[in-house]
Amino acid sequence: MKFWAYTALAGALAIAHAPLASAEMAEDELVINDDIEIVTKAPAPAHLGAFDEIYSGWLFRSEDTRDVQRDDFDNPGMLGVESAMEAWDSVEGTAGKACSDCHGALEDGQMVGVRAVYPKWNENAGEVWTLEQTINTCRTERMGAEAWGLNSKDMTNMSALMSYESRGIPMNVAIDGPAQETWEKGKEIYYTRYGQLELACSNCHEDHYGDWIRADHLSQGQTNAFPSYRLKDAALVSIQNRFKGCIRDTRGVPFDIGSPEFTALELYVASRGNGLSVEGPSVRN
Amino acid sequence: MKRAMTAAAAACILATGFAGTGVSASPVAPGDVVFEDGAVAASLTGMPGDPVAGAEIYAEKSVGNCVSCHAVSTLPDVQFPGNIGPALDGAADRYSEAQLRGIVTNAKMTFDGSMMPSFYKVTGFIRPGIGFTSKPIAPEDITPLLTPEQIEDVVAFLMTLKEQ
Repeated sequence: MKFWAYTALAGALAIAHAPLASAEMAEDELVINDDIEIVTKAPAPAHLGAFDEIYSGWLFRSEDTRDVQRDDFDNPGMLGVESAMEAWDSVEGTAGKACSDCHGALEDGQMVGVRAVYPKWNENAGEVWTLEQTINTCRTERMGAEAWGLNSKDMTNMSALMSYESRGIPMNVAIDGPAQETWEKGKEIYYTRYGQLELACSNCHEDHYGDWIRADHLSQGQTNAFPSYRLKDAALVSIQNRFKGCIRDTRGVPFDIGSPEFTALELYVASRGNGLSVEGPSVRN
Repeated sequence: MKRAMTAAAAACILATGFAGTGVSASPVAPGDVVFEDGAVAASLTGMPGDPVAGAEIYAEKSVGNCVSCHAVSTLPDVQFPGNIGPALDGAADRYSEAQLRGIVTNAKMTFDGSMMPSFYKVTGFIRPGIGFTSKPIAPEDITPLLTPEQIEDVVAFLMTLKEQ
């Protein structure tokens, strides 16, 4: 277990940076395991007026942190993926089924590309669902198993496995048709200034990406690389858990994980990254 | 609410003729600050601030935490200043004391839509919490990010930042 080494590394990195020029980011390319090419820079999707190019948060991390993600043997997030691989084939619940009974063995590749289109409109439910909500419905409706907590370790690991299966595939969530109303709600939340510090997502991640808040280098806040192994937390972190931390840090009251508000926000933020590769499980500081 | 009560008490004292006994005036309540083109002419406390205390408020994460976004090159011991906002070097050359007080009190009155938090304001927030706990706070319990004394200390500190 490399837990302590990573924690120490994170501490060292926090001390090591010197303030850099505005919007500075790495000139670097990400190829994982010398095999999977990750698109970390892409033309901004048409709906996004704020900038011309979108960037993976990977480009805003230090060289040491970027390197940890280049090889799955170094990436501590892979432990969660491996745990979910076991769960994939494990029978649970009253129906006596495993994930693989419906979706096939992972090697069959039936889940490839799934992550890239979530959150997604669910016709039966008549609402937009995150991948985690979809997984839980599989568990309760098809397997007769207990729902996982949306932010539980089991769920985040499974979510990381879904990212792993789609690594390298460009994000491509739908924002029109039945999803449009939810997307617009998410956009409104993105630009709302929450908490006593009155900060919106856009203040940091649209207006000031590339700048520094003290020792934190602000990225565009893209979701393509989640779940993300955060060195400072020594754990895989889900998208909505990060949303929660951000609103908390405005001296505000976050929405609940799995709430309609955070699902709408997740759809909107994901759409800002359409074109970047699915990158999870990523490594961040 | 507490501040409003204090102000009311002060008003009563004035009305009944006990003013002028050497006791300094009550601080201006957050809702009573008068802005003129974003500037605030009079000290919120009626007293000058302490620039040394102001420098500490600038640098301390748990207090003003101005350093998160603004650098001051004359304080090299304060490491890793952010660069979201402009460096504060020469602030007193660019702005008057009243303008600086207005910016520290509520920068949005000077710079429309500024990202800078309003440091002496208690209303108008969306989903405000108790500090960084994620728990909701009752509107009447909200206290400003800085006290009037701290605002004046920061203003006094900023007035020392001259390059010319």
